[in-house]
Amino acid sequence: MADLSYSQPRTQSNLGKIALRWLLYVLLCLFAVYYLMPLFVMVTTSLKSLEEIRTGSLVALPREVTFDAWKTAWSGACTGIQCEGLQPYFWNSVMLAVPAVMISTLIGALNGYVVAQWRFKGANLIFSLMLFGCFIPFQVVLLPMARLLGLMGLAGTIPGLIFVHVIYGIGFTTLFFRNYYVTIPSELVKAAKVDGANFFRIFWSIFLPLSLPIIVVTVIWQFTQIWNDFLFGVSFSQAGTQPVTVALNNIVNSTTGVKEYNVDMAAAIIAALPTLLVYVVAGKYFIRGLTAGSVKG
Amino acid sequence: MSEWLENHLPKMVLAPSFIAVLVFVYGFIGWTAWVSLTRSKLLPRYEIKGFVQYDKLFDSPRWDTAMNNLFIFGALFIIIAMVLGLLLAIMLDQKIRTEGVIRTIYLYPMALSMIVTGTAWKWILNPGLGIEATVRGWGFENFSFDWVVNPDFAIYTIVLAAVWQSSGFVMALFLAGLRSVDGEIIKAAQVDGIPTWRIYSAIIIPSMAPIFLSAFIVLAHLAIKSFDLVIALTGGGPGYATDLPATYMYAMAFSRGDIGQAASSAMIMMLVVFAIVVPYLYSELRAKNDG
Amino acid sequence: MAPILDIKNLYKNYGTTEILKDINVAIEPGDFLVLVGPSGCGKSTLLNCIAGLEPITGGSLHIGGKDMTHVSPKDRDIAMVFQSYALYPTMSVAKNITFGMKVRGVDQATQERKLAEVASQLQIEQLLNRRPGQLSGGQRQRVAMGRALVRDPKLFLFDEPLSNLDAKLRVEMRSEIKKLHQTLGASMVYVTHDQIEAMTLATKIVVMKGGVIQQIGTPSEIYNKPANLFVADFMGSPAMNLIPAKVRQNGAGAEIEITRPNSAPIILHDPKASGLPQDVILGLRPEDIAEAGFRAGENVQQAECHVDMVEPAGADTYVVSQLGGKQITARMHAETSAVAGQSLSFAFDLSKVSYFAKETGERLN
Repeated sequence: MADLSYSQPRTQSNLGKIALRWLLYVLLCLFAVYYLMPLFVMVTTSLKSLEEIRTGSLVALPREVTFDAWKTAWSGACTGIQCEGLQPYFWNSVMLAVPAVMISTLIGALNGYVVAQWRFKGANLIFSLMLFGCFIPFQVVLLPMARLLGLMGLAGTIPGLIFVHVIYGIGFTTLFFRNYYVTIPSELVKAAKVDGANFFRIFWSIFLPLSLPIIVVTVIWQFTQIWNDFLFGVSFSQAGTQPVTVALNNIVNSTTGVKEYNVDMAAAIIAALPTLLVYVVAGKYFIRGLTAGSVKG
Repeated sequence: MSEWLENHLPKMVLAPSFIAVLVFVYGFIGWTAWVSLTRSKLLPRYEIKGFVQYDKLFDSPRWDTAMNNLFIFGALFIIIAMVLGLLLAIMLDQKIRTEGVIRTIYLYPMALSMIVTGTAWKWILNPGLGIEATVRGWGFENFSFDWVVNPDFAIYTIVLAAVWQSSGFVMALFLAGLRSVDGEIIKAAQVDGIPTWRIYSAIIIPSMAPIFLSAFIVLAHLAIKSFDLVIALTGGGPGYATDLPATYMYAMAFSRGDIGQAASSAMIMMLVVFAIVVPYLYSELRAKNDG
Repeated sequence: MAPILDIKNLYKNYGTTEILKDINVAIEPGDFLVLVGPSGCGKSTLLNCIAGLEPITGGSLHIGGKDMTHVSPKDRDIAMVFQSYALYPTMSVAKNITFGMKVRGVDQATQERKLAEVASQLQIEQLLNRRPGQLSGGQRQRVAMGRALVRDPKLFLFDEPLSNLDAKLRVEMRSEIKKLHQTLGASMVYVTHDQIEAMTLATKIVVMKGGVIQQIGTPSEIYNKPANLFVADFMGSPAMNLIPAKVRQNGAGAEIEITRPNSAPIILHDPKASGLPQDVILGLRPEDIAEAGFRAGENVQQAECHVDMVEPAGADTYVVSQLGGKQITARMHAETSAVAGQSLSFAFDLSKVSYFAKETGERLN
């Protein structure tokens, strides 16, 4: 860390130092509460009965823990006309995310490899153009993509969604791999060329074995982006093929019947679980991915 | 033959992605731009009629609200997230014992879908059953926190939720930046007897200028794309009070069947992003090429 | 014998910038060619062209008598050792060395045999299962050489292989390379910016500056008869003294007049200096300037000079004075009576003197 341990002026009393330190920890705790509170509320609400929700306080622990809301959220909640719960849509998201992540990561790796180690005229321009594609608001491609999917016969299908996510994920995955491969000395490629290895051999034997850290970062980033996406999901899917985020929104915002807040919360947690789990398990890499392109360094 | 192949293989490997970007990014932007200049309604028509759609757009009170909201929300969101992020980063930089755990707690909201965030905060801010009710239950009977259903204040709830989701990311960014400051400069300042807070304000923070810029760009980008959050938290309401250009565009495209309006609103969004991101990218890439 | 490497009229451009201009070099089998020069002179680029890692814009390149101008690196029968060794980080030492053979489809038995040969030759048998990350700098260098040796190539190329080592290790590895050259009798092309390495390792030196060859010659030729001011200054440490002087022809050779601060100019006589222009730069190595009485030779002349500084360096003492408006260094014996601030009688041995034209810097004698 920026080691400032020596710069407290000697005139400041020890008591003052300790007080400041305590203040620091108190503040940190307060903020921790701020961040954790919604999660806490979500969990506790999902475990309460509707009765308790109406009569009790938002922040109170459940008097009686019941998992009924969870069962409903998974297999009985209504997402429009159907009342099958989140279950089918959860699997839609899985069938969508897994191939999309794998394909976009593979393409990004090869692209990054080319841009980082095989300079050719215009490579930088091409890379810049691809990079810019990461920054556009996707609203501007929604309409033409909808038409195209219709023309290709992929409208409202999961393969169609996979296609969309791969196309618009390539910019980021290429960026990640390129930034990583750029740090590998080009003398390695030269040595391999002298040894007789060709383009793909060098990638397979030398770069891929080195790539585990960046593959993890890219997969986590892509999975999070694709699983959490709503815009593409709601624009390009239909009743049976919606991803879990769309289904969640349908459940929460459906106007039929009584609002079952506990089911809403349970459904939200179910939808959030995969990415939350990934974060808890591999959070270090997740952060690295977030700051990969952003921190100048 | 094989030498030509070997020489051109890298280009050939990159080509499909490049072509895809050309078509699906730039080509599509072009299509949208084209349609925004036509009288398309339910179906696209390709006869250019000039800036009719934009006139209609700028005349629409709903669009006015949306753009206003964008600037209010954008400014508040970016400023608060950056200040909060910086504050948290500085606090965490003080050799905290449980830093890893705390960082995890501050950052986990970024892993959530904005739909989940919106759903959670919608519930928390529910006037009858959420915070308002709870605080009233504690005895403050006149406490009112019904922003969510209040047309004048609803937009601030979006700010609240968005800051909650993204400030952890800003903190992570700034923390990395704080720690990348050259240790020797700090030691020299300490030897000079400069107090801690001064070291932060005069040395560390100014040297983080590029990271502030990065954070700004990412936050601005998030703000402009904010669609999921609004849909989940307020649905654009009450009425149109929390409409943003993104929700306006979606409504026009899929509910109203007015493709011309959808296209023109999308193009305006595009231009706003463009105006912010392009100068940044340009200076970044130029620096990387010079260096 | 046909040259093992023959470069004719080689040009290389990056876009419109000329990096290498009209390079002509040839070496015989068994030669140790060193390309030396300051950063940016093009020596590494030339090496990469020889390797085939960079394309040539004009001219031709023959290795072992065959035209390799457009041939890819793997078919040029060369091996290369890089500055950072470029060992494959995820492979063991053994796999690093046999990778090239594996790519070329050499059978397992031959791979193992050659690996064993090279490992014993370089004494790295005990390192075979380690990863590059676990090796010291010197060990990595040996593995890199092993990878090159195992190819049994016509030409070994070295790209500043010692630059990453500390001084002591550098001297050690330098003699190892020299020993390798002598045992194998292999042809080597070696790039360095360190002129001491060049002088100790080479059988032939190419001095480069700005993409142009300044001089090609044996270490002795380069040292004693530098072709221009740049070579004279660059090679040899401490550098050659380059003193502006005026030449006056008389019947028997010439009078060389060199200004002295606060005194009348020195006049030296050189019978071999006829035909020189009026203004020259006189080049004299520090070891050719001694204390009067301690140097004998066919053309040793004395003159009084004011001593500015005395720098004892163990076996020698460097004495600094001023002549012709320039600082000069003389290499004297350790027990010299030179004292800073006083005058001393210097002896100038003109038998190895060099004369350079003042404007062009070209050698005149």
